[in-house]
Amino acid sequence: MIFSYEIPLLLLLLVTAAGAILVKDLMSAVLLLGSYSFFLALVWAWLGAVDVAFVEAVVGAGLATVLFLLTLFRTAPKDTRLRRPPPSLTTLIIFPLLGILLLYAAKDLPGFGDPNSPASVHISPTYLKQSYQDTHTPNVVTSVLMDYRSLDTMIETVVIFSAGIACALLLRRQRR
Amino acid sequence: MKTFLICVLVLLAILIGVYLYRVLRGPTVFDRVLGLNGISTKAIILLIVIGIYFERVDMFIDISTGYALLNLVGVLAVTKYLEEKGRS
Repeated sequence: MIFSYEIPLLLLLLVTAAGAILVKDLMSAVLLLGSYSFFLALVWAWLGAVDVAFVEAVVGAGLATVLFLLTLFRTAPKDTRLRRPPPSLTTLIIFPLLGILLLYAAKDLPGFGDPNSPASVHISPTYLKQSYQDTHTPNVVTSVLMDYRSLDTMIETVVIFSAGIACALLLRRQRR
Repeated sequence: MKTFLICVLVLLAILIGVYLYRVLRGPTVFDRVLGLNGISTKAIILLIVIGIYFERVDMFIDISTGYALLNLVGVLAVTKYLEEKGRS
């Protein structure tokens, strides 16, 4: 591919992320975060990770916005403007250094869709070849999630359920 | 055909940028809500065009439908919030 479409999407992502940090109003920050996770979903969709894009669009852009708003609605005072102190010197030094470190490490990552990368040669072929004989599930992703890593998935579900119960307890309408 | 679709994608990204300007600069919250709504309509079309580009439209239509439904819920929540905040 001569033209890579990720670049405008990533630019939009950067702009919304910076806007959500810099904006002066909590409500607007919530709205900007919604569009941020939507652009993230577009990036996932463009890279071919369709199910991740689905979760990101539905949970990140839809539900998280509603939950943030609900929290604002229940907790914040009427005035949602932000007065944030300027960042400290340590922050200004450490975070650019961390960014440079990450960029330096990203140089050694294998290219996108590289057939010789460790992820493609190590365990993925085994899953693709044997998952149907092992689990009799036509969808490989489902068989990995629900069979090979079923314990992991179960504990994740427990975490999500307890978080949901905690949110419901905190946000319920109180009778007095 | 691929070139045409890429052109459509770039045009839609530019249009989203126009809306994004309104979301970022908007003097009032209402401007931001409207801008976000515009972004989401463009983005639904963008998802479907990406689906046609990769020739996997069925999956992408699911994503865009789910996003459209939840976006409606989000906008309802925002308007409800603004209404209650204005009243009290």
